[in-house]
Amino acid sequence: MGGERGATVSERILMCGNEALAEAAILAGCDAYFGYPITPQNEISAYMARRMAEEGRVFIQSESELAAINMVFGASATGKRAMTSSSSPGISLMQEGLSYLAGAELPAVVVNVMRGGPGLGNIAPSQADYFQATRGGGHGDYRHIALGPASVQELADCMPLAFDLADQYLITVMILVDGILGQMMEPVVLEPKPRRTLPPKDWALTGAKGRGQNIVRSLWLADGALEALNNKLQARYRQIEEEEVLCEEYRVDDAEIIVVAYGIVARIVRAAVDQAREEGIPVGLIRPITLWPFPSQQVSRAANPRQDGGGGPFPVFLTIEMSAGQMVEDVRLAVAGKAPVLFHGRPGGGIPAVGEVLDKIRQLTIHGVRV
Amino acid sequence: MEVMVQDNMKTVFKRTSVLKDCPTHYCPGCGHGIAHRLVAEVIDELGIQDRTIGIAPVGCAVLMYNYLDVDMIEVAHGRAPAVATGMKRTNPDKIIFSYQGDGDLAAIGTAEIIHAAHRAEQLTVIFINNAVFGMTGGQMAPTTVLGQVTATTPEGRQSNGQGYPLQIAEIMALLPGATYVERCALSSVPRIRDTKAAIKHAFELQMQDAPGLSLVEVLSPCPTYWRMSPSDAMKWIESHMSKAFPLGRMKG
Repeated sequence: MGGERGATVSERILMCGNEALAEAAILAGCDAYFGYPITPQNEISAYMARRMAEEGRVFIQSESELAAINMVFGASATGKRAMTSSSSPGISLMQEGLSYLAGAELPAVVVNVMRGGPGLGNIAPSQADYFQATRGGGHGDYRHIALGPASVQELADCMPLAFDLADQYLITVMILVDGILGQMMEPVVLEPKPRRTLPPKDWALTGAKGRGQNIVRSLWLADGALEALNNKLQARYRQIEEEEVLCEEYRVDDAEIIVVAYGIVARIVRAAVDQAREEGIPVGLIRPITLWPFPSQQVSRAANPRQDGGGGPFPVFLTIEMSAGQMVEDVRLAVAGKAPVLFHGRPGGGIPAVGEVLDKIRQLTIHGVRV
Repeated sequence: MEVMVQDNMKTVFKRTSVLKDCPTHYCPGCGHGIAHRLVAEVIDELGIQDRTIGIAPVGCAVLMYNYLDVDMIEVAHGRAPAVATGMKRTNPDKIIFSYQGDGDLAAIGTAEIIHAAHRAEQLTVIFINNAVFGMTGGQMAPTTVLGQVTATTPEGRQSNGQGYPLQIAEIMALLPGATYVERCALSSVPRIRDTKAAIKHAFELQMQDAPGLSLVEVLSPCPTYWRMSPSDAMKWIESHMSKAFPLGRMKG
């Protein structure tokens, strides 16, 4: 399609991450966007304000993030594809709505362009909302799918995937972007993607014409009814864990040091891995793309003793995040004590440099952990 | 029960088909049963049962979808006007109404109702004001009148420290985006007839694509947490509530 005349959307164009994800959402059939201003994601709403109007779709600047997520709730309940975007403090305000979306089994797409916290924090890039995104920041036993793209192209590719996953599993899909990825410009190809085969939205509120009443609810008072709903949700979550994990493994096969990182940090780590390899250090990278479901099997497999070592040696894991240490807990759970798991983090808006990561890798060799 | 209609008889009163044939969970003398019926009759008479979507609040009316036979959703406390906005903007051909109590609309949901009207959303809002939080045990509501004893105002509501009854209809009438605002009461048969007419008008405006939000505030009895008999509760609306909340059309 890229070579066809007039197929302008398939051209390589230079866009910032925030605008690329917005256009990708439109291509993915997003019917409605609702959002409240917050830095560093304001390019999304400015882009949507113009483009959704051009497409004859819905754009509303809401009075709060609380209202935005509830507008998503309403549009989604009628069967429409709806999304919102915000940054960390605003996502905190949406947690009530995210819990209700989970309870009501409604699809939604939420973009979090993370910034430093806690509190008002700052507007520097951060990955400190990992816990909130992967554990379910609102009340109750629920999960939502969390995607952590690492390039503008991957961010754009996440949008159709997110809408499809949301509709398939009746779940919120949260896209975790850091402030760098949202703001930086890279070449990107935007084109419509074929949709998955999705179940009909026969639950949607469309007016009970020619059918019985539809009800969307999250209150289950009868004895055992809420437990049954929870069991249904958990079965769905297990299915997602089985079928929807996405992960990139880079130079892992012979690696004795395995760095685990996601998003923009993984880009930085990748450069450090290449430099370390040139120095003869056997290091690799595991980059989770789905943060929930976490690629536990891939990490666990990498933690096994090397075959050619005759039962050993075990690798060393180094998790690097722009946080005080959140994803590292999932790495430890996956490694399950089989191998050491170390951590290097930059909380509060700090960004690790390639040289800084390289030093950490070198230290592992100097301190005789191994190699 | 089947009633044989003879040639010389005509039906002058029947249960509306929009109201399901089941008992409600409401206390004896509660106003919700009357208000539900009025909404159901209006939907029936306007012929919009198959294109109406209702929004139930958090509060005593949370189970409203068990009684009204239209598509319905239950939403977070106070957020109904935001949910309604998401529905109406993506489905302009549907008739969207929210049914909210005073805790829901006048306490936790003030931002959502003000801004839905502020944006001139084409919505119909039925606001049930019974001057108390019913579902949670009769605590003070923003609309509790001065001197009224509740679970959290054991000495009666005092303006010094507990504030004044919040006059939602008057506030809403100030907003350019609110098309029609009226306050009614369920305290007598004529008043119930007036309330039905107001609710009907609020739905008709949305059907006519009139720009802006319509809100009908309904003074409604809560005998349980007013600690009164149902008949005394009706009298108390006239003697006390309607003094703090004057009846009438505020706008439109």
